[in-house]
Amino acid sequence: MPATRGAATAADTQTLLRLTGVSKAFGPVQALTDVRLDVPAGAVTALVGDNGAGKSTLIKCISGISPPDAGTIAWKGREVRIDSPTVANDLGIQTVYQDLALCDNLDIVQNMFLGRERLRRGQLNELSMEQAAAQTLSELAVTTVRSVRQLVASLSGGQRQSVAIAKAVLWQSELVIMDEPTAALGVAQTRMVLDLVRTLVERGQAVLLVSHNLLDVFEVADRIAVMRQGRLVDVRPTARTNQAIVVDLMTTGETSRSVEQAT
Amino acid sequence: MSTHAAPARPEDHDALGVREYLHLVWQRIRGGETGILPVLGGFILVSIIFQVLDQQYLTAGNLINLLVQSAVFMLLGMAEVLVLLLGEIDLSVGFVAGVSAVVLAWLAQPQVGWPWWATILAALVVTALIGLLQGSLVTRIGLPSFVVTLGGLLFWNGVMLFVLGNGGAILIRDDVLVQISSGTLSRPVGWVVMIVLVALWAALMWRRDARRRTSSLPAPPLALTITKIVAAFAGGAGLILLANADRGIRAPVYGLPWVVLVVLAVLLVWSFLLGRRRFGVYVYAVGGNAEAARRAGINLARIRTAGFVLCSLTAGIAGIVYASRLRSISTSMDGGTLVLYAVAAAVIGGTSLFGGRGKAIHGVLGGVVIAAINNGMGLLGFSAAAKYVVTAVVLVVAVTIDALARRRQSG
Ligand SMILES: Nc1ncnc2c1ncn2[C@@H]1O[C@H](COP(=O)(O)OP(=O)(O)O)[C@@H](O)[C@H]1O
Ligand SMILES: [Mg+2]
Repeated sequence: MPATRGAATAADTQTLLRLTGVSKAFGPVQALTDVRLDVPAGAVTALVGDNGAGKSTLIKCISGISPPDAGTIAWKGREVRIDSPTVANDLGIQTVYQDLALCDNLDIVQNMFLGRERLRRGQLNELSMEQAAAQTLSELAVTTVRSVRQLVASLSGGQRQSVAIAKAVLWQSELVIMDEPTAALGVAQTRMVLDLVRTLVERGQAVLLVSHNLLDVFEVADRIAVMRQGRLVDVRPTARTNQAIVVDLMTTGETSRSVEQAT
Repeated sequence: MSTHAAPARPEDHDALGVREYLHLVWQRIRGGETGILPVLGGFILVSIIFQVLDQQYLTAGNLINLLVQSAVFMLLGMAEVLVLLLGEIDLSVGFVAGVSAVVLAWLAQPQVGWPWWATILAALVVTALIGLLQGSLVTRIGLPSFVVTLGGLLFWNGVMLFVLGNGGAILIRDDVLVQISSGTLSRPVGWVVMIVLVALWAALMWRRDARRRTSSLPAPPLALTITKIVAAFAGGAGLILLANADRGIRAPVYGLPWVVLVVLAVLLVWSFLLGRRRFGVYVYAVGGNAEAARRAGINLARIRTAGFVLCSLTAGIAGIVYASRLRSISTSMDGGTLVLYAVAAAVIGGTSLFGGRGKAIHGVLGGVVIAAINNGMGLLGFSAAAKYVVTAVVLVVAVTIDALARRRQSG
């Protein structure tokens, strides 16, 4: 896997999403201050930071759930206003939220197509949706689900995570944002999600992965962006950093170390 | 999680055996998706008790009377399901039905002289507007539906009293309006209607299952589809046989009551809307996880408001049936008790008070159970007080089942 990662870093060509000067406050709490971040196409960008650093807030600015107070967002070089989730979806941005945002009382198919149901003569086209949902789950190698007509309430934590990811993947969106996808998972399930992330990149999609688990991040990310107290303090390719540097950046915002082993 | 059939290989699924399929269904039931089983069991239990205590209960005449008596409860139950699904409640349905009856009866008076269809239309428009008003207060201003509709309960009761005057009543003399509740189909027409309806339903189900099989999606086994169709025909035939038996006391009375078709029509339309249309999925989504629905781009305010409008509209239909049965509307209408019966019908039928789980059919089945308790206890000579107590106990049992199923489902 590291082999493919090196290639993607070298081919760091097109900037999909560019944030400039993004700020957001919740009353007296300045959650984001002047954030600048580029997300390249076809690669995994990790966003790391301590709890409360502002990672989820930044994600919500991009996904249209709570737009920023100031700053600009450019999508493929064009400035856009993402003021609702629909706008983000239409651009080609799908988000897997930290809380997953699934409806327990709906089945897997209904959740995956929520808001974008396929219709046939005005009625739900259950057949086509069910096939597409099963197809997507199998492409992601999610094989432990008994039936795609199962209620989400009956799924395990890992399965729910898979459905939330599959929901985002279904739309062939160019950017998939994942907020702490492995935080609540066991070892085997974490493995599955990390594999999914690489699968997406191999399919040509870009991933913005939020995490504070550095092991996960170093395993899948091509670039690592570090946030601290609402500011983006550093972005660099995975090959040019290491865990000690990232921990320094997360805790103090600066580092005096350098990468010992060059690649 | 005993089987690990991968959706990756759909061909694994297409040849589900009967046993395998029943096993899947059983797993779902154990997972808390009990569907209509508790209420069916409850109805059978209630019926056995009353039949043992009084042989009058299971006669053709009484069973058809039961259906007619339950029509208002069924319609109000379905009305309540529409808002309970959204995680809201509507306490005004009883008196909204009352306002509908007043509009209908007032316009149908000889001195006003509107034709019957115009009075029905007016009653429905008025109730839909009431729903729009109450729904807007809930969704646009963000007031709790409990408070808005509790206010509605008082307000619309007041409006009724105001129009009818103290102790007043308006009689309904229009033939068609009276027929809604007391009219019946002739014996052969009853058969034709039943056969056409069941055949249509069978054809649709058959086509759906066949499509699933040809697309190699998991489908119920053929034997089960056929069994369902046979059972539906048997049930329909049983109903028509009951309805076509003479249940008159002095003059002969027979035939399927019109009102059964009214309830059936409302049931079909709401089931279609909730089960086959995008709107239905959104209603469930909003009731299940409003924030997830919002993030999926669903307009919460619009869906919620629509739910209140449809609820009030259904209550309006219930009011028309109520007035038609009494051939009048008077200040003695007890909209408060009707609301309790409406909520009870929905919940007894299997709709969750916590939002997101329920079907239109639940209002219908719960309505029958409530009418059965009223009817059976009436036959046994119990007082209204005793009926209230028993209905309340049944309601609490139903809510308990709901809460337990919910706990089981969430893990
Ligand atoms: N809706 C909100 N209202 C008030 N404060 C918020 C809200 N959301 C986040 N915050 C604050 O913003 C800061 C960043 O939070 P968050 O983005 O969730 O951090 P992270 O995801 O990196 O752990 C925290 O101080 C948090 O308390
Ligand atoms: Mg977070």
